[in-house]
Amino acid sequence: MNESHLTAAKASMINCHTCHKLNQSQVSAGRQQVCSRCGTKLHSRKTNSLARAWALTLTAIILYIPANILPVMTLVSYGKSEPNTILSGVTHLIAARMYPIAILVFFASIVVPIIKLISITYLLVSVQKKSHWHPKERTIMYRVTEGIGRWSMLDIFVIAILAALVKLGAIATFEPGPGAIFFAGVVVSTILAAMSFDPRLIWDAMEEKR
Amino acid sequence: MPKAARPILIACHDCDFLCRLPPLRDGERAVCPRCKAVLYHKKANTLSRALIHSITALIFFGLANVFPFMTFKLQGREQVTFLTSGVIELCRQGFGELSFLILIVGVLFPFLKITGTLYVLLPLNFNRKLWKARETFKFVEAIAPWAMMEVFMLGVIVAYVKLTDLATIVLGASMYSFAAVIVFMTLTSAALNPTEIWERLEIAK
Repeated sequence: MNESHLTAAKASMINCHTCHKLNQSQVSAGRQQVCSRCGTKLHSRKTNSLARAWALTLTAIILYIPANILPVMTLVSYGKSEPNTILSGVTHLIAARMYPIAILVFFASIVVPIIKLISITYLLVSVQKKSHWHPKERTIMYRVTEGIGRWSMLDIFVIAILAALVKLGAIATFEPGPGAIFFAGVVVSTILAAMSFDPRLIWDAMEEKR
Repeated sequence: MPKAARPILIACHDCDFLCRLPPLRDGERAVCPRCKAVLYHKKANTLSRALIHSITALIFFGLANVFPFMTFKLQGREQVTFLTSGVIELCRQGFGELSFLILIVGVLFPFLKITGTLYVLLPLNFNRKLWKARETFKFVEAIAPWAMMEVFMLGVIVAYVKLTDLATIVLGASMYSFAAVIVFMTLTSAALNPTEIWERLEIAK
């Protein structure tokens, strides 16, 4: 089979990212071309994909530090206050022998954000180095990264529900901590980073000479 | 039923590979030969099935907002919460950003996703389109990744398990309606072929 495949970009066509209609690319200076079917602005590749994805990934990495150091929630019960970070929340669940929930929270709050940060960073570096290594696997890696991101919101929802439920004054009151805001920041910026990354760049690098 | 004109040539949204779309039977999917992304999934009666499921989802969404969500009982004291109580409580405690985020991804976007889908699909079933139908469908597709009801539900389960040895938790009718919304929204997306909706929008009056 031929080494270089025919892509829409090479055939001077643009695939609409909203409705997936193939539009003939029109070279008209200064005018933004829109999709003939749905009216979305057409871009052959996502705009400033690498710069945006890098900025959002770096933001997430910076926010990740306070998100894990600061307490995400504090349980005040009979005058005793017990602050919890994301990690100590998981160890408490293990200590309470709630293993299935502990595994669930461990994956959603610790494994998923780390995997996302590593895989987006790797994808960005590999595209910039014009890597030819396993493009199909890297595309699958991108799809997985994009798909699992939402599940990191789990802890944020748990905090909100506990804050709403447990407010019985001195007996038991539940207070969200500042770490929760940073953690929400990590989740939102990694999701946005995955959205800004354009997997077609992986394949564009394949067309260029080694 | 008018037959929508199908473009023969399609490009892969993940790798830009250009290929011809073979004729597909209901339930069959076309996969990109280069990166294995699903390019087209033909679904039987996509419009009517998606429509029925989203109407059901809307009804349960209404119920989920009316009834109590959970009741927390500890030493004779009771705390009744509703679906949006978490949002209000976080806001009251000075966590405005968090409460806004949860309002959007847990309640507002799911609601807009259901109503937006209905706004487009219901008239389209009669080959009509209402004011700004294309823009609405575009908006629905754009917010879809941010509607996280199923993650919210998992959060409820985690919170429930965490509190079971601390206090008595009674699950309310809203909780079950909420679960039903998730089921019917999932069925809607399973039945919906967005490409076919775009094709129909193109020819609808």
